[in-house]
Amino acid sequence: MDKVRRVISVIVANEAQVLARVSGLFAGRGYNIDSLTVAPIPDTDLSHMTIVTQGNQRVIEQIVKQLHKLIPTFKVIEHEQMVEKEMVLIKFPIEGPIADIQALCQAYNGGIVNVGTEMFIAMAADESMRIAHFIEAAKRYQPLEIVRSGVVAMER
Amino acid sequence: MKMSGAQMVCEAIIAEGVKTVFGYPGGAIMNVYDEIYKQNTFRHILTRHEQAAVHAADGYARATGEVGVAMVTSGPGFTNAVTGLATAYMDSIPLVVISGQVPLSLIGTDGFQEIDAVGISRPCTKHNYLVRSLEELPRILKEAFYIARSGRPGPVLVDIPKDITGELGEFIYPETVDLPTYKPRYKGNDRQIKKAVDAIVNAKKPLLYIGGGAVLSNAYEAVRELAEITQIPAVETLMARGIMGAKNPLLIGMLGMHGSYASNMAMSETDLIISLGARFDDRVTGKLSEFARYADIIHIDIDPANIGKLVDVDYPIVGDVKIVVEKMIEMIRDKVDPDRYQVWRDILKRYDELHPLMYHDSEETIKPQWVIERIGELVGEEAIITSDVGQHQMWAAQFYPFDRPRQWINSGGLGTMGFGFPAALGAKMGHPEKVVINITGDGSILMNVQELVTAAEYNLPVINVILNNHFLGMVRQWQTFFYDKRYSETDLSFQPDWKLLAEACGGAGYDVTTKEEFDQALKSAIDGKKVTFLNVAVDRFENVLPMVPAGGALYNMLLEHKEK
Repeated sequence: MDKVRRVISVIVANEAQVLARVSGLFAGRGYNIDSLTVAPIPDTDLSHMTIVTQGNQRVIEQIVKQLHKLIPTFKVIEHEQMVEKEMVLIKFPIEGPIADIQALCQAYNGGIVNVGTEMFIAMAADESMRIAHFIEAAKRYQPLEIVRSGVVAMER
Repeated sequence: MKMSGAQMVCEAIIAEGVKTVFGYPGGAIMNVYDEIYKQNTFRHILTRHEQAAVHAADGYARATGEVGVAMVTSGPGFTNAVTGLATAYMDSIPLVVISGQVPLSLIGTDGFQEIDAVGISRPCTKHNYLVRSLEELPRILKEAFYIARSGRPGPVLVDIPKDITGELGEFIYPETVDLPTYKPRYKGNDRQIKKAVDAIVNAKKPLLYIGGGAVLSNAYEAVRELAEITQIPAVETLMARGIMGAKNPLLIGMLGMHGSYASNMAMSETDLIISLGARFDDRVTGKLSEFARYADIIHIDIDPANIGKLVDVDYPIVGDVKIVVEKMIEMIRDKVDPDRYQVWRDILKRYDELHPLMYHDSEETIKPQWVIERIGELVGEEAIITSDVGQHQMWAAQFYPFDRPRQWINSGGLGTMGFGFPAALGAKMGHPEKVVINITGDGSILMNVQELVTAAEYNLPVINVILNNHFLGMVRQWQTFFYDKRYSETDLSFQPDWKLLAEACGGAGYDVTTKEEFDQALKSAIDGKKVTFLNVAVDRFENVLPMVPAGGALYNMLLEHKEK
């Protein structure tokens, strides 16, 4: 069976150990985590995790079921029709062509977010695939550091 | 009323109706032990090792169907308990294990006897808790018992820092649990059940495939009734022995790696598997791509994650085996024609005649299978049989005439050597009126041999029948078949004097080398009412057959041949 990429949202009780339970499940059963983000859901006792993983259909099905089996798991959403966004921060040396980079950022829903004496930081927020393109394009400007946020997703 | 955290632990145990706690004290759990000393409602059994405490609670749970409770201290007390937790986890046994932890202020400082108990136990518990304040202790204890026994049962660990058991607070034990994220489903989907019933009615060669879930959900009457009404033949997994009853003509036998020829052929040729609380374990299926190639599958399981995990399922039904089977009976009663499966039953009968489960008895040496059969003849359904892990376990599962569920207690999933003796102590605590026999080997019994002392102290006359072949027998068997007879580290010829060992700890011992001696010794052991080692010298090179070599197809078995 072919490997597929899947974005899964897990709604969990916002309590101690819950991240360890989820990541431990992946580690212990040999599943991949490509990215994982987690933050509290406003005005609730819940947190929203977005996990990007890959595997064949049987593996994905097991991941969803095993996630659901965890006691603090409220809901597991295997995304089909979703809005998916990821953010990246890239640090450039101050000598870099800041105007060119700003133009590039704007094409990817971003901009220059910080300028210091030695460096400046650019940001972009877009789909994962486009973020990868953006990073590729940014590489010609000798980036000093690249930080990706991991994916957040919402079913539409 | 204000009380200490330690008192709360005891009050919760009492409120849950627990009569027996197995455990071992130590620094971080001393506050709780002080309260145990002051109360008189439940009994505490001091095992001589924490692993044995958890196995004993496990044996108690398996024998009675109630939640088993064990108590240990932090650090090494807890790590010793991990094998017990994992054993219970793999077989879905409801346990609550309470461990002491270093005080909150010391957590994370590598304090004396500190270990990350929730971190270590996470993969081998159904759920676990590190209690972080006295306020949450009553709720956590309530949830622990509820989670352990509900849904697919399992062990729950509650790790309690020492300062919390010492602190005073208000105790209100919750009457109900409020867990919005945990809602086990018991009732199967009626439409799915209806579809499954139609499939059964239209099948030609249906087969009931019964697993440990049928024991856990107390479904044996319903399962027997379903078989009776439909006259569909049944195979049992290692964990389900006793569900159908040995005398039941519809029971084909145990299937799997050491299953009977007819059972494995039934599974290989059936056109409809009706899986009742079984999970298609690799020891059952053999090579997956060759497994039950002609069959559609009805899979009834309370754990959705078991369904479709290893095999593709045509009729998934998430629910409790008992409730779903009762519903099936209702729907199928007037629709099914039992004669429809007559040809199928005849085929399986013929398979069984062709290669029955058998061994070649001998006049020179005692055959281990003979011992099992003989125990069956002498105590039969009166006894509870526990076992350790290895050849003796398989022979017991094959040859003992199990007549009811919860009569057969063994570590199936994890395969824990050293499980049988402490589990037998737990079973005996649960059923003092029953003869409890641990069928064990000369390898396994040494792995919790210290429990002789516990058994003698509490007058728990468990009989350990040691099928002694002076080998780590199952590993030796694999070495014979697959490693060109290189018996690497499996020769156990150097042994203790079993009789003296038992006697030294306050028990009784018998060395048996003939069949006559065996009958006499077993009778003396039962009458003697002492913990017993019944050391039986058996044929050193006897193999467990049939055998499906690991990774092989279920229908390719090494068989015992009639002529020899």
